Amino acid sequence: MSRISRDDVVHVARLARLELADDQIDTFTGQLDAILDHAADVEALDLADVPPTSHPYPLVNVLRADEVGPTLSNEAALAAAPRAEDGRFRVPTILGEAP
Amino acid sequence: MTAGAQSAVTIAAEVRSGSRSASSVVDEHLARIEGAEPSVHAFNEVTADAARAAAAEVDRRVAAGDDVGPLAGVPIALKDNLCTLGVPTTCSSRILEGWVPPYDATVVSRLAAAGAISVGKTNLDEFAMGSSTENSAFGPTRNPRDTSRVPGGSSGGSAAAVAAGFAPISLGSDTGGSIRQPAAFCGVVGVKPTYGLVSRYGLIAFASSLDQIGPFATTVHDAAQLLEVIAGHDPYDATSIPEPAPSIVEHLDDGVQGLRVGIVTELMGDGISPAVTARVREAADALAAAGATVEEVSVPAVTYGLSAYYLIAPAEASSNLARYDGVRYGLRVDAATTNEMMVASRTAGFGDEVKRRIMLGTYALSAGYYDAFYGKAQKVRTLICRDFEAAYERFDVLLSPTAPTTAFEVGAIHDPLTMYLNDICTIPTNLAGHPAMSVPFGTDEGLPVGVQVLAPSLGEVPMFRVAAALEAAAPASSTAEVTS
Repeated sequence: MSRISRDDVVHVARLARLELADDQIDTFTGQLDAILDHAADVEALDLADVPPTSHPYPLVNVLRADEVGPTLSNEAALAAAPRAEDGRFRVPTILGEAP
Repeated sequence: MTAGAQSAVTIAAEVRSGSRSASSVVDEHLARIEGAEPSVHAFNEVTADAARAAAAEVDRRVAAGDDVGPLAGVPIALKDNLCTLGVPTTCSSRILEGWVPPYDATVVSRLAAAGAISVGKTNLDEFAMGSSTENSAFGPTRNPRDTSRVPGGSSGGSAAAVAAGFAPISLGSDTGGSIRQPAAFCGVVGVKPTYGLVSRYGLIAFASSLDQIGPFATTVHDAAQLLEVIAGHDPYDATSIPEPAPSIVEHLDDGVQGLRVGIVTELMGDGISPAVTARVREAADALAAAGATVEEVSVPAVTYGLSAYYLIAPAEASSNLARYDGVRYGLRVDAATTNEMMVASRTAGFGDEVKRRIMLGTYALSAGYYDAFYGKAQKVRTLICRDFEAAYERFDVLLSPTAPTTAFEVGAIHDPLTMYLNDICTIPTNLAGHPAMSVPFGTDEGLPVGVQVLAPSLGEVPMFRVAAALEAAAPASSTAEVTS
């Protein structure tokens, strides 16, 4: 049984803002299926009472004084922008798009 | 070490004493780059002019009597996912081609303050995703020990630069083995420090709970010196450990008398080349002869490391790489609406391996699958931490192969899963946040073999003591001269 379908791959690509050609969808579906199939070996483990680990070093509440420090200038922050105008990033139409 | 090449600590001592100029050191390395770089392709960019200018400044300061620092005049190569002010930083991706960072990574600033001189930015698998440096948008790097073979990856350019004598030291990043595996393939020393020991401010993120910056060098001493320069708390990185970094260099000659060394049973069998396990056993014998106690130890959960990693790392990557949307920096492909522009830019800018991992991660995090994949992987991560913890109650360090084989030929592996299997010995360490390093120990059919030394969090001192003992006992062929 395959673990990920062609439709799943199309859906995931859309979520990730990627466009795939038809032959790419087939290739990726097969490859992702093989990877997920390998990862399924953990299904043999009893994990019911095991807490998750999200981070390997136990640091909590890393705080600093609420003081203004040096930051990039507006000019430096915009220097690499594909389009900028009036000190801001410029993008194509947003309003009126389907969600 | 390459014919005529000197170690970093030797260069620094000579430059500091004034017996050798930083300019002559830099010129010598630039000449070596000019000679062999066309057949190796270690670099995305060689910053020759900036290096010469920095060398002249070091020489001026030495002449003025300043203390230039512990890496005075030492050339260093930087993986091209480390931000460098004014120097393009690409991650070997079309999506960042030509991007010039507005700031230096903390490690880059610390190197400059220590007197080191960057000679260029090294090639990598795109966004550090790969084990061969073949996934670069700018073409593969070749292994200087045999240019028909890969240097490993993802930090293949940094490993190759050191193996070829382009610089005595370099920096890479290691998310699942991306420093240690190329170090093993190229016959150099490679270190993944404890998670949080080295600031990641300015390291372009791949998988944030796993990524760590670390050294490449031709000697254990050089690697220790470089790690001391870059380690230590940084308020700009919230995951940075708020404690003083351990002193390592002063312990390198302490020996291994009385240290307890465990050979990880699960990493010595299936999927590992017999020649590689033979070198690991010889390394263990050498440690026993030097006074360590050596036994086998079972760390059962490490066999599930690859499975957990290939859900956790892509999940984090899918989130981290969402920032490449054509708005603030990087590639933009024009389209009528912002959403279409984002899709077009990401589709044109990312290579296949990056797309594969973004989709895998998006899937693992998506509604209905989160518990089955990502949630489960995080629990497996706990099991791996627990099994290591149990092993480190009985042992100071652990020993294993670094990679299952020696360097394979360019183009030999096409299947993603087969490529991922390169990292079965290195991944568990990243999941646990522990330090580990690869030390060259012998060869198989002329190609270098790396032995991996693993230690618990902040166990860098015993790890380096064992590495120094292995280096002293390694067959001469381990660091054979480069023939390319």
